[in-house]
Amino acid sequence: MASVNTPDEAGARDGGTGTLANIADSDLVHSFLRSKIVVLAAVVTLLMVGAAALAPWIAPHSPYDLTTVSLLDAHNPPAWSQGGDSRYLLGTDDQGRDLLSTILYGTRASLTIGLLATLLALVIGVSLGLTAGYFGGRVDTVIMRIADVQLTFPAILAALLVDGVARIVFRTHGSGGAEFWILVLSIGLSLWVAYARTVRSSTLVERNKEYVQAARLIGLSRRSIMFRHVLPNVTGPVLVIATINIATAILLEATLSFLGIGLPPTQPSLGTLINIGNRFLFSGEWWIVIFPGATLAGLILAVNLLGDWLRDALNPKLR
Amino acid sequence: MLAFAIRRLIEAAFVMLTVAALAFVLFRFVGDPVNQLVGQDTSLEDRLKLRAQLGLDDPIAVQFGRFVWKALHLDFGISYQVKQPVLGLIIERAPATLELAIVAALFAIAVGVPMGVYTGIRRNSWLSNLFLTISLIGISLPTFLIGILLIYVFSVGLGLLPSFGRGEVVHIGGWTTGLLTASGWRSIILPAITLGLFQMTLVTRLVRSEMLEVLRTDYIKFARARGLTNRAINFGHALRNTLVPVITIIGLQLGGLIAFAIITEQVFQWPGMGLLFIQSVANADVPVMAAYLLLVAFLFVFINFIVDVLYVVIDPRIRIIGRPA
Repeated sequence: MASVNTPDEAGARDGGTGTLANIADSDLVHSFLRSKIVVLAAVVTLLMVGAAALAPWIAPHSPYDLTTVSLLDAHNPPAWSQGGDSRYLLGTDDQGRDLLSTILYGTRASLTIGLLATLLALVIGVSLGLTAGYFGGRVDTVIMRIADVQLTFPAILAALLVDGVARIVFRTHGSGGAEFWILVLSIGLSLWVAYARTVRSSTLVERNKEYVQAARLIGLSRRSIMFRHVLPNVTGPVLVIATINIATAILLEATLSFLGIGLPPTQPSLGTLINIGNRFLFSGEWWIVIFPGATLAGLILAVNLLGDWLRDALNPKLR
Repeated sequence: MLAFAIRRLIEAAFVMLTVAALAFVLFRFVGDPVNQLVGQDTSLEDRLKLRAQLGLDDPIAVQFGRFVWKALHLDFGISYQVKQPVLGLIIERAPATLELAIVAALFAIAVGVPMGVYTGIRRNSWLSNLFLTISLIGISLPTFLIGILLIYVFSVGLGLLPSFGRGEVVHIGGWTTGLLTASGWRSIILPAITLGLFQMTLVTRLVRSEMLEVLRTDYIKFARARGLTNRAINFGHALRNTLVPVITIIGLQLGGLIAFAIITEQVFQWPGMGLLFIQSVANADVPVMAAYLLLVAFLFVFINFIVDVLYVVIDPRIRIIGRPA
């Protein structure tokens, strides 16, 4: 916390050749390689992120291209089971979309929303926390009281409420991509409290340190002190919270979509797919729900494991 | 003690007032209340008359005061969707959710505590590792996925248990209960497990870590030196001392159970308050959303208050001046 430089910056200053060696020798890498499960989690995460990012190129079909989708192909079981079609490896859903492609695109949507929402929560939380900690007084009281009130509720409830309100507000405009941003907004607004609290408490400590006083003495503006000098020194814990929050954000997105108030069925996300699959469970079409479900579970488990590891690895008390 | 309780009460009132303000903003400004109540062909005159009747022309502060006053008298207005008083809708749905939450909490305790004790005592046995792996899965898997998997195995695959609804219910006064019929019990098993699994893993992990800590203390060593049986030490001395934090967590989680029941109720089409809330979000039924928000906030604040005060009663160390962290 006290160090001004992040490991990357320190390495970059040493020049090109030393950087790689420095990184390879760091505690972080050692503790990473020590745990096989973490390596596995990292591999799974990378594979999924890669597959999601490359979805438009590697997916055998495009779920958005309605000309290639035929209702005649609907409800096909996976290719290896009886009645399966070799064109559709994991089978098709109720609209005849190839499940593998839909999962790839769905993972892409889930990951994008999760990352954007985490980013939004981070920006809101860090700004508010920094403001509350730096200015103190009434500003601090108001911001932290709001945070306390929100902390009384589980995140899912806050997200549901924002989602509900945003739907009513944006319904008049009725634009197609609105649901995507409503999701980002509602998840982002439900997760900012953790950042604000952490940043506020570290800002309270940093604010009285000599470098801040020095910056104040040479007449720098408040904004410049806050963002240029204090902010870099309070980001450490923020990144850890962000890593853990990505899993939460993905989970919230899936839950909202599953509840039917997230992405519409035409825009596949993992939650929407599970919602669709859930309706056909009783007719024995297990594949529509099991494959997206397994993808979601694997993704969340892997990201969670990575986040936990990062938290422990960066905690000097546990070293 | 009294001063502490009063301070907490004032804080609780502040939280409730903030939530009420939020609910009011929702109620008053999101969607036009008049438009929701009248038909397409109502004349402008009638609309204005209705506006005045509803008091929408008064100053905002007066409107907010009236909103709080009505809420204190449990008057949450009329649902836009079904045109019935919101309170009636919620009261009708409440028993289902409460029964589900209580059975889920009992499940979490009944399974979680023994698992926690076992993994605490036999730290390295394979069964302990199995329990801990299960609890890791319980924490990572989304609630709705667990519900779907349970339905797939026990309803679709084995055909043992029903997958939706409450089964047969019995009316006792204003309360409908499913806990007096066989089909009611069969119906509640899967939703309760789905809802309680997260809490169960929480209890398991908590009891385990508390047990590990307590078993290292001097009085346990002394109890062993006195030649007490393992059973007396583990359950009479160790477990008893782990129970305070466990009871706290379970108390605090009760509000969470009711909030998370939203998801479980959707999966199992359980006719509770959560399902009502989801429908209100999907249909933009603002009065129901606002009422549910107030109700859940009250529940959370109330539970937090009780737990805080109980803490002080149970643990005198907190009684030192100033608020606990």
